[in-house]
Amino acid sequence: MDINWANVFDWMQLLKCFAVGGAICVIGQILIDKTKLTPARILVTFVTIGAVLGGLGLYKYVVDFAGAGATVPLTGFGYNLAKGSIEGVQQSGLIGAFTGGIKAAAGGIAAAVFFGYIASLISKPKMKKQ
Amino acid sequence: MQKIGKQTIKFDTPPSILECSSIVGPKESDGPLSKYFDQTLEDEFWGEKSWEKAESKIIRENVANLILKSGVSSNDIDFVIAGDLLNQCISSSFGLRDSNIPYLGVFGACSTFVESLSIGAVMVEGFAKNVICATSSHFCSAEKQFRFPLELGNQRPPTSQWTVTGSGAAMISKNGYGPFITHITPGKIVDMAIKDANNMGAAMAPAFCDTLLTHLKDTGRNPSYYDAIISGDLGYIGKDIAIDIIKANGYNIKSNYNDCGVLIFDKQKQDTHSGGSGCACCASVFSGYFFKQLKSKNLKRILLIATGALMNSTSSQQGESIPGIAHAISIEI
Repeated sequence: MDINWANVFDWMQLLKCFAVGGAICVIGQILIDKTKLTPARILVTFVTIGAVLGGLGLYKYVVDFAGAGATVPLTGFGYNLAKGSIEGVQQSGLIGAFTGGIKAAAGGIAAAVFFGYIASLISKPKMKKQ
Repeated sequence: MQKIGKQTIKFDTPPSILECSSIVGPKESDGPLSKYFDQTLEDEFWGEKSWEKAESKIIRENVANLILKSGVSSNDIDFVIAGDLLNQCISSSFGLRDSNIPYLGVFGACSTFVESLSIGAVMVEGFAKNVICATSSHFCSAEKQFRFPLELGNQRPPTSQWTVTGSGAAMISKNGYGPFITHITPGKIVDMAIKDANNMGAAMAPAFCDTLLTHLKDTGRNPSYYDAIISGDLGYIGKDIAIDIIKANGYNIKSNYNDCGVLIFDKQKQDTHSGGSGCACCASVFSGYFFKQLKSKNLKRILLIATGALMNSTSSQQGESIPGIAHAISIEI
């Protein structure tokens, strides 16, 4: 059977996803190389920026444009927290501001704990190559 | 033994460095000095369960090798002076707990090797027959303690240096045919308000210069008196800064100055960014390479200046600057 690859993927969407996700990573790389920020601070900054932009309703446009290119990087996690909190407030009032964010991000958090645990059982830390 | 000038000690009967021994890890074994080290390891665990245990094993085995090589009976060894980078110097104290030799643990960060040689030399000039001076460091245990867990897979910034895995040890003795420790210049703490734990070279270079200039003034010597002036672990960035500062003070050390952190790795092939660092950097390069050069009389006079960054992980997290230190030891045949 012939597969018409041109139609299997939405190539334009893939390109947008790559460009936006890549651009976010480039910002991180520049911060590592050109500033004295530690990786941990860059990580927290990205999550916070995502949450702020999500709360202001701006990050939604980036997600609509780039899909996973915007949701997979760290800013996407912040966006998810903000979005969850807003939805939580709409559903259950002020208490939702505290529960909604974690609920929305629960899949990511639980998966990180689970796969982290599995990885620690089957692998051993090693020296960096460079 | 007498004090000359501001802070230099001159020995009347210079103690001899009887023997040296070195062990290095896998990355150092791929480096340009590989053939000079006594023992090279193929993996960073060396059969142990943790990097900390591996580091203790490295210093333990290295001291054992040194005793064997020197031919001195362990009953005739008066003291062992050792230190490392891990909190409360556990690599040295755990590694040497069964040695049955009176032990002094010292901490001078990466300057520890020359600090212990200085104390050892004073003891030998005074009352001791044989003293062992040893240090160790391990890339993985140091990264874990001072920076981030290796499992996190963080990128290292371009200014960062690579902690040497290994150990260097020297036996200082009343009897011996050299090379001799003729002078020591313990350094002052110099803090130029560098706060970046990933740019140690810049934090330590001013301390190196302060100690070198003081040593030259105290002894009345010129840099050209020495065949080689060797800093501990300033790396590429710190080395350039040091050459510039010394030049501004009227001396040109470009031709006979080098740095152990620059020598131990190949910049092009090994991509360690700004070179090597750690207690074992200066210790293994001296024990492995320079001691042999002195023994074979390829070099006759060297000034070894080990540099240290006197910070810990708490001080870094609290945004404190990094105090630098450098101790100099003049070794001649």
